[in-house]
Amino acid sequence: MEAHALADAVNLRGVEYRWNTRNSFTLSIGAFQVPRGERLLLLGPSGSGKSTLLSLLTGIASAQAGSVEILGQPLNELHGSGRDQFRAEHFGIIFQMFNLLPYGSVIDNVLLPLNFAPARRARTVAAGGLESEARRLLTSLGLPGDIGRQKAATLSVGQQQRVAAARALIGSPEIIVADEPTSALDENRQQDFLDLLFDQVDASGATLIMVSHDRRLAQHFTRVVEFADILTVSKTEGSNR
Amino acid sequence: MIIARLALQSLRNRWITVLLTILAISVSVMLLLGVEKVRSGARDSFAGTVSGADVIIGARSGGMQLLLYSVFRIGNATNNVTWRSYEDIVSRKEVAWAIPLSLGDSHRGYRVIGTTTDYFEHLKYRRGQTLKFEAGGPFDDLFDVVLGSEVASRLGYSLGDQITLAHGAGSIGSQHDDLPFRVSGILVRTGTPADKSLHVSLKAIEAIHVDWRSGSRIPGQVTSADRLRQMSLPPSAITAAIIGLKSRLQVISFQRAVNEYRAEPLSAVLPGLALQEMWALVGTAETALLGVSVMVVVTSMLGLSAMILSTLNERRREIAILRSLGARPRTIAALLVGEATLLTLAGIAIGTAALYAVLMVARPLIDRQFGIDIVIQLPSTTDAMLLLAILVGGILAGLLPAYNAYRTSLADGMMVRT
Repeated sequence: MEAHALADAVNLRGVEYRWNTRNSFTLSIGAFQVPRGERLLLLGPSGSGKSTLLSLLTGIASAQAGSVEILGQPLNELHGSGRDQFRAEHFGIIFQMFNLLPYGSVIDNVLLPLNFAPARRARTVAAGGLESEARRLLTSLGLPGDIGRQKAATLSVGQQQRVAAARALIGSPEIIVADEPTSALDENRQQDFLDLLFDQVDASGATLIMVSHDRRLAQHFTRVVEFADILTVSKTEGSNR
Repeated sequence: MIIARLALQSLRNRWITVLLTILAISVSVMLLLGVEKVRSGARDSFAGTVSGADVIIGARSGGMQLLLYSVFRIGNATNNVTWRSYEDIVSRKEVAWAIPLSLGDSHRGYRVIGTTTDYFEHLKYRRGQTLKFEAGGPFDDLFDVVLGSEVASRLGYSLGDQITLAHGAGSIGSQHDDLPFRVSGILVRTGTPADKSLHVSLKAIEAIHVDWRSGSRIPGQVTSADRLRQMSLPPSAITAAIIGLKSRLQVISFQRAVNEYRAEPLSAVLPGLALQEMWALVGTAETALLGVSVMVVVTSMLGLSAMILSTLNERRREIAILRSLGARPRTIAALLVGEATLLTLAGIAIGTAALYAVLMVARPLIDRQFGIDIVIQLPSTTDAMLLLAILVGGILAGLLPAYNAYRTSLADGMMVRT
């Protein structure tokens, strides 16, 4: 990893991705870079290929052509399980909603990614121990200190999003990806949530990539990119069905 | 480990379906093991009935038939063995002891056996136990009868009661009602055909037939009991004999000697071999029974598979979350196989425990009803193999949903498309 210390967090070039579904569409990205430490907002309506882009970044989907480099690591050089491990070590991911395993305790949900990421786990232990790190993150995200033992399903949506943020942040992964994390929250809570999230992202020095359709969020970010400016979706020639 | 704990919590979250699935598996385990236990119990019981006997002799017939009518008192003899031949054979030097059996009379559906007191001394059952008396003792007087335990308890007889025997096997045959017998002894329960028999001396069989010829009473001829007691009445023929030899090594040569006996056509069978012949015959029924229980197990495995499959849809979100956190598709598949394995193990444990509990309670009932003693002991190798097969079945049942989840997790990635 040392050799790539100065590499961009994300560097895509000439990426093409074809869906294997009934309608053959191809998603193309000419060039797209995210420098380290950036707070990037990707703006676009739903259905614009957002989730596919995130799948490509995190190594869940792999591009048929072009190169996807994350933190200097070309993902296509990794095999399936290598990409899974890479994602576990370097990404923290927050979804729109239903982030948590509902039957698990809050603390187990927060610590779960460390199961798949030994280096992140080691960092967490070094930072003060698994449980205390989890508790520190939960309290700095504005949750009550004793929430750890509660079942995730008993939490409000706003609390669940904060737990999801703590889970993304634990062990300080380099990149935090958030897919419309505030769309299930009302406006006041959106602001609270973002403030707390930004504080923690800054504290850990991570790169933040957030996807949203909500233009009003733009003021909080160092850069705003419209989906339409970086990628095109076109119908694959020769197949209508 | 968090992931194992979460898997358990996921199961607890679905506890009703999980419980029902485990129950279905345990019932099938109970059935399969139960059938196996009853099967081996029945075999042991039958084998126990002839445990001490080396050879059974009778008139020339099939070995199985001879075994059935002489030891198990099922069916009838085709012919008799003359007393002279019997005496000739048991006087051979290999013979340690011999129990003559004379069948043909009955009492209210139970067979009457003419024999000697050697019956009580030498007949062994279930791992070498000898017959014991619950009350009284062997027949002494000519008109004494020793009852099997079931005869005594079903018909409500006790020591000293007077009973009359019937000619032939039917309960409404012509009666030897002029010559009542006195109950001199009642045997302890054995779980063998001795329980269902009445035992009298060979001389008694002769005595009650003194006034009879060709199956019916000689008109006008009545011989009193006291007169009969004074008559010598040597037996003219017996039906079969159970013989013990001094050494097991002599069994084959002794058998050949009997089979080649010149004075009359006789058969000698080795009870063990004849039993095997019989098991080969009833083996089909056993196989069918076993087949049905295997089918029940397969059904429960299919149920397990279906249960896990049906949860996959609601767990797609769970799977997507795990994937986004870096879980490999293989890990997801392993979780589901692990779940199937865990449920199968639970089913096996509960089913086995329940079976033992049921056996504990039902053992005396089964013994009383069917004369099959199901010994309660640790699972045999066969049982262990069956349980292992069920476990493997459970793991296989988990493979289909696991494969399905593997595919879904690859296709869904971390976004659930619904």
